[in-house]
Amino acid sequence: MAKTIQEINEKIKKGKAVVYTAEEIIDVVKSKGTKKAAAEVDVVTTGTFAPMCSSGAYFNVGHSNPRIKLGGGTVTLNDVPVYTGFAAVDILVGATGIPEDDPRNKVYPGKFHYGGAHLIEDLVAGKDVRLEARAYGTDCYPRRKLETWIRLEDMNEAVLFNIRNAYQNYNVAVNLSDRIIHTYMGVLHPKLRNATYCSAGQLSPLLNDPLYHTIGVGTRIFLGGGIGYVVDRGTQHNPDVPRTDQGVPRMGSGTLSVTGDLKQMSSRWLRGASFTGYGVTLAVGLGIPIPVLDEEVLKRTAVTDEDIVAQVVDYSEAYPNCVPGSLGEVSYAQLKSGSITVNGKKVPTAGLSSYVRAREVANILKGWIAEGSFQLSESVAPLPSVDSGVKFKLLQERPILNNARVAVD
Amino acid sequence: MATKRLTFNFPPHLIDQPVTYQLITEHNLKVNILRARITPREWGRLVVEISGKKKNLDAGLQFATDLGLDIKPLALDVQWNADKCIECTACSSVCPTGALSVERKEMHVSFDHEKCIACELCIPACPYEAMQIRF
Repeated sequence: MAKTIQEINEKIKKGKAVVYTAEEIIDVVKSKGTKKAAAEVDVVTTGTFAPMCSSGAYFNVGHSNPRIKLGGGTVTLNDVPVYTGFAAVDILVGATGIPEDDPRNKVYPGKFHYGGAHLIEDLVAGKDVRLEARAYGTDCYPRRKLETWIRLEDMNEAVLFNIRNAYQNYNVAVNLSDRIIHTYMGVLHPKLRNATYCSAGQLSPLLNDPLYHTIGVGTRIFLGGGIGYVVDRGTQHNPDVPRTDQGVPRMGSGTLSVTGDLKQMSSRWLRGASFTGYGVTLAVGLGIPIPVLDEEVLKRTAVTDEDIVAQVVDYSEAYPNCVPGSLGEVSYAQLKSGSITVNGKKVPTAGLSSYVRAREVANILKGWIAEGSFQLSESVAPLPSVDSGVKFKLLQERPILNNARVAVD
Repeated sequence: MATKRLTFNFPPHLIDQPVTYQLITEHNLKVNILRARITPREWGRLVVEISGKKKNLDAGLQFATDLGLDIKPLALDVQWNADKCIECTACSSVCPTGALSVERKEMHVSFDHEKCIACELCIPACPYEAMQIRF
């Protein structure tokens, strides 16, 4: 029996919607079967909390008196450089930005103690931050220098805008070399001494709707502790990859671009992260409700860690040099057991995505829906799926000789 | 048999005393040095795992204390900040003693002071600076 989102929203309004998390639904389906469960259950909630580098926020800081044109000038917030190439007082902060005087990897491995992500966390926590600006001055915006404390509540708009979040599956990282390496997948010890992975597996949003049947442009979501929306597919969205019989990608695949009002978010769900020897990134809490429109949708939400597989990739040689291929395929059940076998060797595993917090996101979202404070939205356009022709490409470099332009072959 | 993980803080005037030797030969204790920092004219610091019969251990530690060493349990120097920890489990695969471990069904992370040897491998592995070692 098929349902519509409108019908589900009516039940949510009355406080009568039946909601389970993507973890709980597994047992519900096991005991009731998909047909009965699909008839009874209205919404399945997903969640994830993990480092997502392509995150950022834009702000309108308000006009000073006399006015200053930050556009085309230079601005730092707590010493983190922000992008100013907009109108007078709109600025953009990227999660991975770091202060000019951070030693980076000059003293290897760098610590990257503070950056754009920590700045976003501090602002969301209500802290005062230092805004320092230099501008060139115009007749209408005469001021050239501005130094002030500023808080999130002082700003006109403060919006989280993440151009790639919620990766649908990801690599398992190992190090085949004989030296320690520091990567965005964490510290990898030599000769397969550890392996890291980064997905919430059976709780992860896009792994519960692998072919993007319900998640699309405009889907209302849990973002950073508040309410956000799916903008569109994220950058590097790559739906056409090998998949399991259930349609679940066997490697990194779909991504989402998401946005939401930063002022209603919380620093529990937006956390600055310092990856030793790599840089700064933002851990983002994100959860998506999946309306159980029919049996097919429900069946896909009942996916388990045993059903989801990922590829083991060497980050000492293969990854940096774009060498395709995999050292093997492992399931999230194996990854979460604490060890996997790679090249015949038992390798201890560790996550970068917090499963405990993913469960918490899914439960918060479940609570919001059950109490009637969160309505589902219809998607206004689908995300590109397997047959869309959307593909992720590597950069084809064309050397610039004597300032001439070289055309693509 | 009793085992303790301790930090021995040596005042500068004791730097020429073979304290470890005396603990081994005179008190019949096993001393495994996990870390050491000895600098002329400054307080020296030794992190040790020390084991032996309870009676010998007590006597040995009394001897060292009487000599002027400041002895503290190692646990006080290593801190797991649960507020900062997001329970991602990144630390667990690099911890050589299982002091940082994961309860596998629920995936909760916990820290057992007793097992920690202050090797510091968890420090660069934690992106949230949840592990602190005060040395």
